[in-house]
Amino acid sequence: MISESAAWAIFFLPIASFLIIGLVVRPFFNRFSKISAYLAILAIGGSLVLSSYALKSVLGHEEAIGWAAHEWFSLGGGEAFTFSIGIYMDSLTAIMLVVATSVSLMVQIYSMGYMKDDAGYARYFAIMSLFTASMIGLVMARNIVQLFVFWELVGVCSYLLIGFWYQRPSAAAAAKKAFIVTRIGDFGLLLAILYFFFNQDTFAAAGLNSLEIPDIHQAAVMGLIGTVALAWLAGGIFAGAIGKSAQVPLHTWLPDAMEGPTPVSALIHAATMVAAGVFLVARFFPVFSPDPHAGMTAAMTLVALVGGITAFGAATIGLVMHDIKRVLAYSTISQLGFMMLALGVGAYDAAIFHLFTHAFFKALLFLGSGSVNHAAGTFDMRYMGGLRKHMPWTYVTFLLGSLSLAGFPFFAGWWSKDEILAHAFNQGGVGLVVYGLGIVAAFMTAFYIFRVVHLTFHGEFRGGVEKKIADASAGVVRDGAVVTITADEESKRGEHVHLGESPVTMVLPMALLAVAAVVAGFIANPPFDLGVIQAHWFSHNLVMAQEPLLHFEEKAAGIEVGLATVASIVALAGILLSYWIYQAKGISTDRIAGAFPGLYRLLYRKYYIDELYEGGLVNRVFYRGLAFFAAGFDSRFVDGIVNMFGWTSRNLGRAMAQAQTGQVQVYGLGLSAGIILIVAAFIVWG
Amino acid sequence: MFVGLLTTLVFLPAAAALIIALFLKEKRQVRVFAGIVAVAELVLSIVAFASYDTAEGGVQLVDRISDWIPALNAQYFLGLDGLNAPMVLLTGLLGACAIFVSWRVEHRVKEYFMWLLLLWTAVMGVFVALDFLLFFIFWEIELIPMYMLISMWGTGRPTYSAMKFVAFTFLGSAFMLVAILALYFATGTFDMIRITQELGFDTPYSRLIMPAAVTFFFFFAAFAVKLPIWPVHTWLPDAHTDAPTAVSVMLAGVLLKMGGYGILRVCLSIFPDVARDYGTPLAILAAFSILYGAVVTMRQTDLKRLVAYSSVSHMGFVLLGVTSVSAVGGGFATVGITGASVQMFTHGTITGLLFVLVGLVYEKVHTRHIPDITGLAVRVPFVAVSFVIAGLASLGLPGLSGFVAEIMIFLGAFKANPWPVAFAAFGVVLAAGYILWTLQRILFGPPSDRQEGLTDASWMERLPIVTLIIAIVVVGVYPAVITDVLDTALPNLINFRMP
Repeated sequence: MISESAAWAIFFLPIASFLIIGLVVRPFFNRFSKISAYLAILAIGGSLVLSSYALKSVLGHEEAIGWAAHEWFSLGGGEAFTFSIGIYMDSLTAIMLVVATSVSLMVQIYSMGYMKDDAGYARYFAIMSLFTASMIGLVMARNIVQLFVFWELVGVCSYLLIGFWYQRPSAAAAAKKAFIVTRIGDFGLLLAILYFFFNQDTFAAAGLNSLEIPDIHQAAVMGLIGTVALAWLAGGIFAGAIGKSAQVPLHTWLPDAMEGPTPVSALIHAATMVAAGVFLVARFFPVFSPDPHAGMTAAMTLVALVGGITAFGAATIGLVMHDIKRVLAYSTISQLGFMMLALGVGAYDAAIFHLFTHAFFKALLFLGSGSVNHAAGTFDMRYMGGLRKHMPWTYVTFLLGSLSLAGFPFFAGWWSKDEILAHAFNQGGVGLVVYGLGIVAAFMTAFYIFRVVHLTFHGEFRGGVEKKIADASAGVVRDGAVVTITADEESKRGEHVHLGESPVTMVLPMALLAVAAVVAGFIANPPFDLGVIQAHWFSHNLVMAQEPLLHFEEKAAGIEVGLATVASIVALAGILLSYWIYQAKGISTDRIAGAFPGLYRLLYRKYYIDELYEGGLVNRVFYRGLAFFAAGFDSRFVDGIVNMFGWTSRNLGRAMAQAQTGQVQVYGLGLSAGIILIVAAFIVWG
Repeated sequence: MFVGLLTTLVFLPAAAALIIALFLKEKRQVRVFAGIVAVAELVLSIVAFASYDTAEGGVQLVDRISDWIPALNAQYFLGLDGLNAPMVLLTGLLGACAIFVSWRVEHRVKEYFMWLLLLWTAVMGVFVALDFLLFFIFWEIELIPMYMLISMWGTGRPTYSAMKFVAFTFLGSAFMLVAILALYFATGTFDMIRITQELGFDTPYSRLIMPAAVTFFFFFAAFAVKLPIWPVHTWLPDAHTDAPTAVSVMLAGVLLKMGGYGILRVCLSIFPDVARDYGTPLAILAAFSILYGAVVTMRQTDLKRLVAYSSVSHMGFVLLGVTSVSAVGGGFATVGITGASVQMFTHGTITGLLFVLVGLVYEKVHTRHIPDITGLAVRVPFVAVSFVIAGLASLGLPGLSGFVAEIMIFLGAFKANPWPVAFAAFGVVLAAGYILWTLQRILFGPPSDRQEGLTDASWMERLPIVTLIIAIVVVGVYPAVITDVLDTALPNLINFRMP
């Protein structure tokens, strides 16, 4: 059983790495910036070992390991209120720890190769350490304010990493966008926290603390908080999750977030930033579903629908993107939609299971795209092709990751996605609606990811960044627009493309993740006992952690053959269709796009949502509307009144000064007139 | 009782100003001497803060001459309690920073440092004076150095701004004087502690010659101008924009806190019932001020004006925290009012840092016009990193001090006035907007050719920056540093008669 200090060490190891790199290595020993990578990797490796130990410790435990909370600061001599911090360690926490630390370790090893010779090498590893530490702090938090602290820190670390190449205007803009859009969601989470504390007296009467997460679970299940209040609380929490997990309508920041270095995208998309939203809903699951036997609550219905719409909508955009990272970004949004959908239909364990498998294959796919970029110099798939021959390791690992994402039978993604769809189907009602959205999204997923495989690795090489820059200078028009180059491509101007496999520091993590992408699903949730590995240990433990509270029944007794077959056929159909179009050239893509020009444009422009938000709401309504009006009101009206007072008194003074002529006759006249007036007044009213 | 520490703390800068006036001639002598005094004063303020015994509580380090003006029953009464101890520390910290950022001033150096030191004395005096007459004298004296500093060393329209600042404060002071006299005639004393005990706890307000609510709002008028609260805030952007860097630091860092401190020390301590009765209108006013300030900040193109308007927004939080006094039970009031006090300290350090940095940027690129500044991060990395830290602190990032204050204010005030607080909380999104947009525009992007050959901050310039960053991080990570001291004063403040 893991001790509390060991659990804290999981968090403090990367924090120490951050502090040493940030305060010592970067300012004073930047010449030896290589050290920072080793420090960061050592720290996160240690955290991974301890996290695995933590996972082993919680398995088989019915209740979370409860360490007493520590005082952070107290008010009113401790009588008014005490803000505390502590660790809440249940199987959800432990699984998230393993996911975060293992993916982070792989990404950081990969970064040694990818970020080699970058001027900000030390800064990069410092922030990466802080990023991982923040995620660790988030999943271990026992107190909701503590959770919010790390929630925001995760956000700011992605801000710093997305904007890592801050000289590029596009990167700086994307970083800002990511932070502000997610902060709109955080506003909802903040209100939920305030509302919890609003009920502090009710909590206190039951001997509970409204900010402690275990106490919140209990209060929700005991019915301490009314149904309506619970729905509001769940809504606020979910708003936070929508922002962080890039769900519709706050999804727009994630595709832009690829302006950061590619390993950062891998980490953001797999194990840290976006996973936080799904984790948040899972962590407060009793607030969403205080009684699992009562069917879906209003909040759950909302979660399921938002998840379903996101899964579907993002997948449609993924069909038409040219940039390999953009396809992957929309794929992430879509897969997160699947997880939310699962939580909405009550499949708590399936959601986390999918988060778990997705972390590995999505990290792998991003690292693969980075490797591809290393060779071709661009992320634009129109200028790739044929890389299979030049980078076999990247090809094979990417292919395995794609099969997993597509839901090819017995790969990791198949197990988890299937479980989600089965749950949704069995739920009935709204569940059937989201099942429909999900199954279509699954088909599109298989299609778009194999479109990527074909365009990138198969066929003939189409020139890479060199050709693209040449095309851009020549003003070549493709897909209805002049080719434009990105900041990343611009930085490679003048370089020649030389295709070849990436260095071993990059290939090794990909190979390890590929293994996970293939077997993680089966190992984690085998349908039957495998010697030391129990059948369904993953789901079982997750559900059991909630069991004493929620009295879950274990619904996922086994893979339902019928539904699994449907899902598998759908995945295969998607793969085959993309083979037929992109490999066998059964039909030209231009003809498809030409047949539905409006639809194609709509998808290609991402439903015009960015235009609506940035051009419409932010710029026109807010900046040039409300803010313009307020600033004018302030300087013209409010300050105008002030200046009017100043003007009046100055001119009044001036007018009075005119009367001060210094001539006694004038003063005497005034005096006499005054006396006459007073006397007259006395006569009239006296 | 006469310990002498606080008297030294208050009059050391003034004495130094006198020595400069009489004995020093060389610019360099003046600077070095002022620097030494600054360090000494900073150390003294830290000593005062650290020697406050939290276990004992109450008023400590008292300097009292009971028969200062016997005819009026006015005393010379300085003392430290939980409420003003953090303010003393803040004033020491920022005053020292103000002296050090003035190193490059070349115009009439001798007079400049004299006025700056006098300003320091006046503000310190406001915070430690516990006799209303003395308090009022310090409150008014502070105007003279401010007027001189802005009008003589300012830029833009310095005389207009200086006069506006003075006129606004005087308007508020007139109301305050009436209110002080009302209290004096009711109690026969200027002793703030005794008045608090007599009026705030035991005796009903009926002894007052005018209604308690009127007296409350007369005081509030003076403090609202200083804080500032919409609609009496328009002096602030002008004063900030035209003032020299050091004065902006003092103004945003310390002078605004006189308003917040006054609200806590006078309005809330002496009239807790009135504060509670008017909690909702005050909360609406605060929320409006927060959002209005944030929205107007968005449109600013002058860096200093931008930070100034953000102060309007952030100081609204102080008032919002105070309105938590209307909540019943659950320790909400304690949480909210502690938050308000912490917000004063954190806003002082954060905005002080922002003004130091803005001043530094102005010195280097000779403009504050945001569209003319770009890509500074490449040229001056230290300034850029500090700017990012200050900006993130200002938008309430956890781990830095702004967050602690804001979350406490929200938690405390939400109970009594959920809707105004919910709206005010949207201010955090707006803050993220204007801060990050500003950072993006001035720091990021490709460096401009015009800014070639810029040098990063020197060691002398880094000193105040690093000091303030440490203060911001320490309070952010371990707020008990401040809250433990505040905690000794607040329960007395809040345990007023229950209805």
